[in-house]
Amino acid sequence: MRRGVLAVYQVLLLVLLFAAWHVLVKLEVLSAFFFGEPLQVLARIWEWFASGRIYPHLGITLLETLLAFVIGTLAGLVVGLWLALSDTASRLLDPYIKAVNSMPRVILAPIFAVWFGLGIWSKVVLGVTLVFFIVFFSVYHGVREVSPVLLANARMLGASKRQLLRHVYLPSATAWVFASLHAAVGMAFVGAVIGEYLGSAKGVGYLILQAEGVFDVNTVFAGVLVLTLCALVLDWIVTLAERRLLRWRPAGPGAAQS
Amino acid sequence: MSPQPALALHRVSCRFDARGGGTYVAIEDVSLSVAEGEFVAIVGPTGCGKSTLLNVAAGLLAPTAGAVRVFGEPLLGLNRRAGYLFQTDALLPWRSVRDNVRLGLELRGETDADRLADDWLARVGLGGHGHKYPHELSGGMRKRVALAQTLALDPKMLLMDEPFSALDVQTRALMENELLALWSQDRKSVLFVTHDLEEAISLSDRVVVLSAGPASRPVGEFAIDLPRPRDVSEIRLQPRFVELEQTIWQALKREVLRTYQRAEA
Repeated sequence: MRRGVLAVYQVLLLVLLFAAWHVLVKLEVLSAFFFGEPLQVLARIWEWFASGRIYPHLGITLLETLLAFVIGTLAGLVVGLWLALSDTASRLLDPYIKAVNSMPRVILAPIFAVWFGLGIWSKVVLGVTLVFFIVFFSVYHGVREVSPVLLANARMLGASKRQLLRHVYLPSATAWVFASLHAAVGMAFVGAVIGEYLGSAKGVGYLILQAEGVFDVNTVFAGVLVLTLCALVLDWIVTLAERRLLRWRPAGPGAAQS
Repeated sequence: MSPQPALALHRVSCRFDARGGGTYVAIEDVSLSVAEGEFVAIVGPTGCGKSTLLNVAAGLLAPTAGAVRVFGEPLLGLNRRAGYLFQTDALLPWRSVRDNVRLGLELRGETDADRLADDWLARVGLGGHGHKYPHELSGGMRKRVALAQTLALDPKMLLMDEPFSALDVQTRALMENELLALWSQDRKSVLFVTHDLEEAISLSDRVVVLSAGPASRPVGEFAIDLPRPRDVSEIRLQPRFVELEQTIWQALKREVLRTYQRAEA
């Protein structure tokens, strides 16, 4: 299917889903109280943006997400490279990494709130703990699987350890980082919103919590939709950066995916 | 010819810890030398430790026993005077062709890297392809890039590990002729590993036959007295070539059969 045609069908599918939702609620197959009404959800989103009421909340949530995303990615990249290249460190820390990764970290959100306060930092930390491991594992395994022939060749051409890091390991890790960034974007949002949900005075998560308190399901869906759109935009930016930085990759099923 | 050989392996052995316990002896008691300006080909059945031998000569692998000398000096660490052409692709996929050829020069801190890289690209016939990425090239073209990348550093000796084995027959003959043409310009010492006897004879001054693995060692050495310059497709038709091929094949066949017998046992 051509790209333009595909986009039309994608939009059509979205309209169809909303129409189905609308009809099912109107026919009272689904209860409007529990499932909301799409028109009112859209009206709420419109009202938010028209009155500008959403901007301070959205701004906070986006700031938390971006901070969590950037800090978590950089930390994952650096620690992933370090552990992949240092056998001693990776063997020493292996059980700890696994333990922390399998820990249900979302549960720690209230503790982060106590440690870092109710401002943005407790949310950023929660997001970082989610993003970090995705990027970390990706880089760690990626670097360990760098072709030995590539390394041997670079060494025969005179590369020192440092030059190997710069010219072989780092570029090859970059490819792996991008593979994980799409998953990481979503996780950064999860961290920010869950954090707000559990204790904050601002942010889209806070709006959703307020609405749930008064059983205003339309506003809950409106908040979720706005966040989803933001996540899609961020994912799209990642894709653009990926295309630019990984131009050297052959166009194949992998490249077409995103 | 200088009295010191460019490369001398003296009673070199390599053992590895085998997966299921015990040790695997890849090569045992190998003595071999390559004179300055000499083109030596090593042939042997599959799995006879040919690559191990090259890795020892490159200094990528330290032998378990024995000594390696490069121009008379004992080899410690990597062999800085050698260029290595690998069997599989070793180009950095994220660098353009030109930047790949530049790589060694850049690592060395060469100020004239750009000009030298372009120069070498032109010499291997890839003048207009510098901006492309490796995946956009054919297998033969990638081999040319690898050759340019290695030769740009002007190594004193070349180690080649079945470099053309993945190419189709026609491309292969072209590459062999090109290699000979480049080699004849400054006659580096070459250690060329292959399982293709015809390739070995048509390129080299001397063919060394390696025994079947494990514990491979040289079992025969044959001087190739064919005149140079050679054309690899034409030289194969000469009576002397056929004669040499038959003689060496007798020695090689025994080893190949031994490999089969071991595989079946």
